[in-house]
Amino acid sequence: MIPKRDKQRIGQRLLDGFREAGAVEVAPDLLLPAETLLDLYGEDIRARAYVTTDPIRGEVMLRPDFTVPVVQMHMSGGAEPARYCYLGEVFRKQDMGDTRPENPRDNEYLQCGFELFSREAGADAETFALFYHQLAGYDLTAETGDMGLLLDAVRGLPLPAARCDALLHHIWRPGRFQRLLDRFSAPPRSRDFAAGAVPWAGLRGEDEMAARIARLQSDGAEPALPAIWSDRLSRLFAVRDIAPLALERLTELATEVPAISEAVSRIADRFAHIARLGIDPATIIFDASHGRHNMEYYDGFTFSFLSRHADWPPVATGGRYDALMAVLGKGRAIPAVGGIIRPGLIAELEAGQ
Amino acid sequence: MIRLGVPSKGRLMEQTFDWFAARGVRLSRAGSDREYAGRVEGADGVSLVLLSAGEIPRELAAGRIELGVTGTDLVREKLPGWASDLAEVAPMGFGHADLILAVPECWRDCEGLDDLASIARDFRAVHGFRLRIATKYHRLVRAWLAQHEVADYQLVDSQGATEGTVANQTAEAIADITSSGATLQANNLKILAGEPILRSQATLFANRAAMDGGMRKFLAQLGVAATDGI
Repeated sequence: MIPKRDKQRIGQRLLDGFREAGAVEVAPDLLLPAETLLDLYGEDIRARAYVTTDPIRGEVMLRPDFTVPVVQMHMSGGAEPARYCYLGEVFRKQDMGDTRPENPRDNEYLQCGFELFSREAGADAETFALFYHQLAGYDLTAETGDMGLLLDAVRGLPLPAARCDALLHHIWRPGRFQRLLDRFSAPPRSRDFAAGAVPWAGLRGEDEMAARIARLQSDGAEPALPAIWSDRLSRLFAVRDIAPLALERLTELATEVPAISEAVSRIADRFAHIARLGIDPATIIFDASHGRHNMEYYDGFTFSFLSRHADWPPVATGGRYDALMAVLGKGRAIPAVGGIIRPGLIAELEAGQ
Repeated sequence: MIRLGVPSKGRLMEQTFDWFAARGVRLSRAGSDREYAGRVEGADGVSLVLLSAGEIPRELAAGRIELGVTGTDLVREKLPGWASDLAEVAPMGFGHADLILAVPECWRDCEGLDDLASIARDFRAVHGFRLRIATKYHRLVRAWLAQHEVADYQLVDSQGATEGTVANQTAEAIADITSSGATLQANNLKILAGEPILRSQATLFANRAAMDGGMRKFLAQLGVAATDGI
């Protein structure tokens, strides 16, 4: 067991690194209003966060992550562009399955993070390079992805808007996404909505059902998506290699899927920028499906730094979350990218060396 | 001494008594119907503890009873990591109930989980909040919906009269235990097609830590070999 004091010290050192990069330290509350977080993340967060009630403030949550409170802090009066850093604890319940794990993961741990709110094109590369340099020497593997690439590929499918929206909505849920894609790729199928004599009940309106039935009926008449498209998507989702080779594959795929051309050149620019910041792109993995298994949070560039310990969570994670900013910003959104390092895991790595 | 926890009333208690009687062990209440002490005949070193069915999982896990009869649904909902502490010794063939998802019968466009996922997405866009599912089985329902990648919903707690929540507009769907489905029907609800969240039945559970010679002998007498790695 490494004393928390030692983990704190490593956190302070990482915080210094972020400060030197021009970030202003902020200290968000530990108890956060639950409503915003629940609305954003749904039941996933209720299962993982400690929720309690305050007689006046209602449901409150022990801070499950820093991003939302930092964004809210910025929205209520920060100047732009802005660089913030922070160090503190987050709390996550670890609900086990049928058997109790031998080494349960921490339910309380430190995060040291950096968030950059900026319209500059180089923000992704700047953030990634900052994390890369902070974590140099720990023998970690950097993996990256880009949700924008996948979202663009889906937007480019020859599908009516309703089908396209459904696929975009479920891109973070691979199983459901695949079922939808399979259904859209199958021949038209009409469904019977036999009228019954059952009285209407509940808050969902009869008009809402009528609208959905109309949508399903017009959808049922849609021709099947040609098989070549789901084949192209699965080849795109499977791209995983060191960045220069992955970029070659993506460039080839862009000749078949023109909708990703812009994203591919954006990714190429990003790696060129990262190279200019002194990092060899051949040391970075690009995985097109990286970021698909997270919460609906990152919608652009994503990154994580992994240790050799297969059962560990990533030592650091981050990415771009413009859509989250748009939701929380209520009209005055600014592009945002950021991430966190877990000082506790760095402490373990140092102790193991 | 093996302390055997059995539901303290109703059909579940009677059927449990019958199950043990068929295996040569006579369980009975001591004294009047109102007394929660019990008697065991036909087995040595076993005492009977009558408890509320809902408390049996917790009592087993805490080691205050060594054997207990309760529904698999209660064990799985109430004891995270239950299999580390308890062994499922024998399904007893009664108390069958399924944990199911039900929606208003008037939803002609909702047959299975895929429809529910799509309706939940529409509902959130129209009403500005997530579709509410009333239940007391929070962990089981949440894990099931996560496994099937259903988003855009929220659970609301309902400890009783769950079938009424839809008519009262405090929920749009429910997840509850049902055996015949009659209550659902009476409340104009229908069960979603496909596998239920869980098929539950009365089951004899043992605390793994109590698996000694006396326990093995008693289980052998009941004709339930201690398998399941215990």
